[in-house]
Amino acid sequence: MYRVEVWVKEGFPDPRSEGLLRDIVDLGIRTVTRVRVSTIYLLEGKLTDAELTRICRELLTDPIVEDYVTGETPAPAGARLVEVAYNPGVMDPVEDSVKKGIRDLGIATIGAVRTAKKYLLWGNLSDDELASISDKLLVNAVVQHVVARREAVSLPPAHYNFRLQTVDIAAMDDEALMELSRGRFWLNLQEMRAIQHYFRTLGRKPTDVELETLAQTWSEHCIHKTFKGRITFNGRVIDNLLRSTVMKVTDELAKPWCLSVFRDNAGVIDFDGRYAVCFKVETHNHPSAVEPYGGAATGIGGVIRDPLGTGLGAKPIMNTDVFCFGPPDYPYEKLPKGVLHPRRIFKGVRAGVADYGNRMGIPTANGAVLFDERYVGNPLVYCGTVGIMPVGMSQRGKQKPGDLVVVVGGRTGRDGIHGVTFASGELDKESETLASSSVQIGNPIMEKKVLDAIMKARDLGLYSRITDCGGGGLSSAVGEMAEETGVRVYLEKVPLKYSGLSYSEIWISESQERMVLAVSPENVERLIEIFRNEDVEATVIGEFTDTRRLELFYEGNLVADLDMQFLHKGLPQIERRAVWEPRQYPEPDFPPLADLTGDLKKILGSWNVCSKEWVIRQYDHEVQGASVLKPLVGVDNDGPGDATIIKPLADSNRGIIVANGINPKYGDIDPYWMAASAIDEALRQVIAVGGTLERLALLDNFCWGNPEKPDRLGALVRAAQACYDIAKVYGTPFISGKDSLYNEFETGTESICIPHTLLISAIAVMEDVNRAVSMDLKRAGNLIYIVGTTYNELGGSHYYAIHGYTGNRVPKVDPHRGRQLMEKLATALNRGLAASCHDLSEGGIGVAAAEMAFAGGLGMKLYLGNVPLGEPMERDDFILFSESNTRFLVEVPPRKKKEFESVLAGVDFAPVGRVSRGPRFEIYGIRGNLVVSADIGELKEAWQRPLRW
Amino acid sequence: MSRVKVLMLRAPGTNRDGDTQIAFETAGAVVDSALVSELFRGEKKLLDYHIAVIPGGFTYGDDISAGKIMANEIRLRLGEDVQKFVDDGRLILGICNGFQVLVKTGILPGIRGAGQQPVTLTNNDSGRFECRWVYLRVNPKSPCVFTRGIDMMYVPVAHGEGKLVAAPGVLEKLNVVVQYTDEKGNTGAGYPCNPNGSVNDIAGICDDSGRIFGLMPHPEDFIRATQHPRWTRERRRRTGDGLAVFVNAVKWARGI
Repeated sequence: MYRVEVWVKEGFPDPRSEGLLRDIVDLGIRTVTRVRVSTIYLLEGKLTDAELTRICRELLTDPIVEDYVTGETPAPAGARLVEVAYNPGVMDPVEDSVKKGIRDLGIATIGAVRTAKKYLLWGNLSDDELASISDKLLVNAVVQHVVARREAVSLPPAHYNFRLQTVDIAAMDDEALMELSRGRFWLNLQEMRAIQHYFRTLGRKPTDVELETLAQTWSEHCIHKTFKGRITFNGRVIDNLLRSTVMKVTDELAKPWCLSVFRDNAGVIDFDGRYAVCFKVETHNHPSAVEPYGGAATGIGGVIRDPLGTGLGAKPIMNTDVFCFGPPDYPYEKLPKGVLHPRRIFKGVRAGVADYGNRMGIPTANGAVLFDERYVGNPLVYCGTVGIMPVGMSQRGKQKPGDLVVVVGGRTGRDGIHGVTFASGELDKESETLASSSVQIGNPIMEKKVLDAIMKARDLGLYSRITDCGGGGLSSAVGEMAEETGVRVYLEKVPLKYSGLSYSEIWISESQERMVLAVSPENVERLIEIFRNEDVEATVIGEFTDTRRLELFYEGNLVADLDMQFLHKGLPQIERRAVWEPRQYPEPDFPPLADLTGDLKKILGSWNVCSKEWVIRQYDHEVQGASVLKPLVGVDNDGPGDATIIKPLADSNRGIIVANGINPKYGDIDPYWMAASAIDEALRQVIAVGGTLERLALLDNFCWGNPEKPDRLGALVRAAQACYDIAKVYGTPFISGKDSLYNEFETGTESICIPHTLLISAIAVMEDVNRAVSMDLKRAGNLIYIVGTTYNELGGSHYYAIHGYTGNRVPKVDPHRGRQLMEKLATALNRGLAASCHDLSEGGIGVAAAEMAFAGGLGMKLYLGNVPLGEPMERDDFILFSESNTRFLVEVPPRKKKEFESVLAGVDFAPVGRVSRGPRFEIYGIRGNLVVSADIGELKEAWQRPLRW
Repeated sequence: MSRVKVLMLRAPGTNRDGDTQIAFETAGAVVDSALVSELFRGEKKLLDYHIAVIPGGFTYGDDISAGKIMANEIRLRLGEDVQKFVDDGRLILGICNGFQVLVKTGILPGIRGAGQQPVTLTNNDSGRFECRWVYLRVNPKSPCVFTRGIDMMYVPVAHGEGKLVAAPGVLEKLNVVVQYTDEKGNTGAGYPCNPNGSVNDIAGICDDSGRIFGLMPHPEDFIRATQHPRWTRERRRRTGDGLAVFVNAVKWARGI
């Protein structure tokens, strides 16, 4: 074995070392004076000295900025050394690249490669400090370990001897059934009994892989049984919440441009008659909590495969990401055991999403980051992807009996197999258990190759159906595809990362970067060749049949034989109880300050409102060259845009608008109005940039606590009901959605439930992107209008939050008036009557006005006395910071005043101010008193400072 | 006159091929694409094209260092063809990851006797991948055929390893084509005008012939007016600043 250590020479930028030193200081450790991070390459094989030198000089080291040394090197005097490697079996894509690089040098004698990181820390640091740095920054035990001795480069070959595993389920009593289910299948007694009955009728024992297949197909993750269950809510029975709320909107609206809804891996709408666009948002919460980088990367990797597996395959054209974390300044001493600090989770998730999205060449052009203490143990990571495809390819494909099952992409390993342990390959033969296979690192370049190959094969018409291989692995992908036909799969044909997997592990593995295709026999050779050209494996693993059975074989042995009808329709409907009772919070009784400037700055600098430029800049939002309105807008390219617009086709001015609405704070008061507000917010953002409600579709993404607890489920029902009530009136159908339940964190003494969190994502088709409007003020002398009605609605507001209150008057939505208002405003914007427009959300008028001003580099004078009120309001602070829905600030040039006012006639609106030259930002109260007075520079600084990392 | 033919050289992880294709097509060329492996297997021939372009991306994940593995692939397996292509008076353009590849093959700066790789592109001073728009000033004395007639450009960067560093004694021999400046065209403006800390604000260089050009920023992402980050507030342009780079290349190639 050869060991090569590479590091950056002194005097050149070394972000890994510098970043680590900063993070150490952030931990409160001041004793470390210098850090050096090196990469270790371990090469297994035989090399001459000259070959080793060549590998070091021509491949592993940059001749100008890096140095290297071969062999073991002790820590220099005065430095502490920590070496960290991935656990055996954790995928490290760098290893493949190094092997390829060595082969390109004409050296064929290296069989295996591993990489590791070596950290040298100088300074007078204690053992405790070193342990703290190691634990909090260097090692994540889920995927990594500290190297204590020489380790093998490659895993020793493992052998698997076939033995059919069966389970004697027929004789089991209820207790034994639940014993079998717990910790492995997660099915309830009713479901276990249904399985028992099925096999009793057949008169045989189920095999392990049959039970695994049923458990996966019937899991909450795959089949959403809570949403489809029978819920008794406050005494009333709801049969299938999904069908009676979210899907009902779509059914009743029956929009002809909805091409494929709630059926495929993503919802599909018509774009322009030639092309269709699809959109899907997913969550990857639990993996991101334990391994933020890998969990988030595989989260975005997974959702990218959704459009790719929709219809006959859509090209991903944009990503959107919404994260919910604990506050970055959360005290370390309050952190529950086993929980990573929110700052580390934030940084890891951001890096995982950016590295995957950037490498895939998909612009990440929209998103949000929110914070709440209840996300500390259970962060939320929403990742969404938009795709485009020819209209003729927008419907889910259909295979014929005789078509072949082809798996393409990455190889299959033990990734994602629950509870699996396997021996590591240490030289001392000690075994190390690994409970970590649920997380891996992800390989975006593999997925990029798969994408490139699929686009070629699709355009040549080489396959009849496609789906992605994600949660549930082949079991889920092939099992769903074959529901209407039947399938026979030969599990030994699945290409493996390493030997030793059982037939059952092969079938349920969740290894990333895989897709499954149905290919007719006459096309298969050509298809495999297309994939080979792109350096991707494509392997026939079985064929579709007409038996309506799932038949699995391993080396000639039948290991599963299930009836598709039972697999897909045999799940007993779940029954749950739900209650909801409104909660009363103390009504605030603090007196308003005469000068609200400080409060405005506090809200601008709050974690949720403050600038997310640090995140946004590290995403490539320009790749594919389609951007029209970017996430950052304004005179200095750093103002907060409302929604993102892309123009996906070079030969058309049509655009796609993507926006997100989310506000979990309102859910603490009433999840109904939280859901209503989230929909209203997503729609407002679309309207604010020049879009319309005409061809606008929604996605719902519920992240909730344990639905077996009636109060959690009651809140879910309230939110779902609002989805129906509000979206129906707005005329905006849902086209796809997802739920992630059981988001609670057990501290040992209590179960902390996340805030009920509903993300509403909107996608809208815009006829002409040249009509886009940005939120930055454009010109001194222009008029500022407020459009919409302001109520005393500060429940769950940021203003109350900074004063330590929640309150009860949560913002409501009147969708009838809201629709009329948005339609009129859309007309005004499309006629070019607005120079800028910004929607009012967190922080109300105060925050929106300040953002418009500093984004445009212009001052503003605003008069609260002119704001149309829906009820008597005496307090300037309430008018300034109310978070009432369906409101906008609009900048209108004086010469367009008349036309603007006549278009808006019939809705509440009023001129409330004027854009001024120079940096003064002034707001006058209802009695003519100056309540806010600041330079836009100060306001911008307050907004930018918190996340200037 | 036959159409100018452009070959986009890809490797796994190339991702700005679509953007680059639109730019060259808008400039009037016909664009074909090939993986490097297709060239060394002989399925496509470099010499069938007038212009070769290596687009942006993360070839092979930028594992080891950005562009390194693709650079070795080209240097070790296509070296002769590339030499012939250049000697024949044709054009090579490397953008972002493509520039990193050209530098790590030694094709740029192409200074004789300066060693195999006298220049590198390394980690940004900020330590981060960053996506932002930058002003570029074109060196009027540069022999570069891609930038003729261009004075300033405003285009995006999107990279983490774009800081140009040269071996001792090499810097003064470089053919600097574009430098990062402030909006008035002044160099020395510092971060973020110079987004990566590149020595002498160097954003792109060419060889002595001016026919091989590499740069970190993305002219292919400013082809149409509405790509400009401030198009909603500034005077409307007819096209994007970056288009001229591709028009120049196609114009030159017509004469080959």
